[in-house]
Amino acid sequence: MQIGLTHFLLVSAVLFAVGTGLIITRRNAVMVLMGLELVLNAAGINFVAFSRFVPKVSQHLHGDVATIFVIVLAAAEAAIALAIVLNIYNTFSTIDVDEIDLLRE
Amino acid sequence: MLDLGLAGLSSLAPLASLADGAPTWNTGLLYTVTFCLFAAMTLVSSVMLLAARDVVRAAFLLLGALGGVAGLYAMLGADFLAFVQILVYIGGILILLLFGVMLTNREPVLLHGAPTHRLVLPGVVASMVALFGILFVVTSYDWGAAPIADKAIEGSTGRPLGELLMTDYLLPFEISSVLLLIALIGAAVIARRRGLTAEPE
Repeated sequence: MQIGLTHFLLVSAVLFAVGTGLIITRRNAVMVLMGLELVLNAAGINFVAFSRFVPKVSQHLHGDVATIFVIVLAAAEAAIALAIVLNIYNTFSTIDVDEIDLLRE
Repeated sequence: MLDLGLAGLSSLAPLASLADGAPTWNTGLLYTVTFCLFAAMTLVSSVMLLAARDVVRAAFLLLGALGGVAGLYAMLGADFLAFVQILVYIGGILILLLFGVMLTNREPVLLHGAPTHRLVLPGVVASMVALFGILFVVTSYDWGAAPIADKAIEGSTGRPLGELLMTDYLLPFEISSVLLLIALIGAAVIARRRGLTAEPE
């Protein structure tokens, strides 16, 4: 069996679906963030896999660059989101995303 | 000169052992077995993550999933991305998430992030729609039986990636560096507890 583009796409599809399920079903805000990271990783695999299978060799690294930017955004997002989660915990004493329904204290 | 280390490591991967005229880089039993290993690592960890009730355990399952993705990047010949994935995701984001877990859960009962029951059905429906939608698209289109990319990238991808970032993608590169600075300051400001700012105790 030869590993082709389809196999990478299948893995990233499952990863995306799992991430979506985590984001929707979990109550813990940190678990929601974990689901978000899985979704971003699925996108990253897709970027790199597609760019490896374009005909022109000179374009093989453009997907890598896109994935680098995705990782940069994910790092920034994780830092900000964790800070917000900590602030929410200090204010509401919970990080259950169903319980938090106020923007003010 | 600078990419000696990366080039040496990437030559461990079977895909780098190709010269011109060799068959495509993704052939061979070793490649298939390694791919299956990393794919299984990713998928098993992520599916177990979906069922995990303990947040700390979930964080360690996320370690497996992110490590598997790093392996998949290496399988695609993206050695630089594989290292960045390990450094940034496992060394940075995962530790950050663990800090978040530890700082926000004083009571052990809060460690259990069980799903809300009324949200399980919508979650399953949404993820199944996403999964089968993507699977339909992926399987219905003929991506080509044989891979188009006959020629592997020679050596490490670090140097050509740096050149791309400094030429074609210079503006996004600069913008993302400013964005990281903003995120850093913003996170520090947001996470600082109120009351500590007024006067030292």
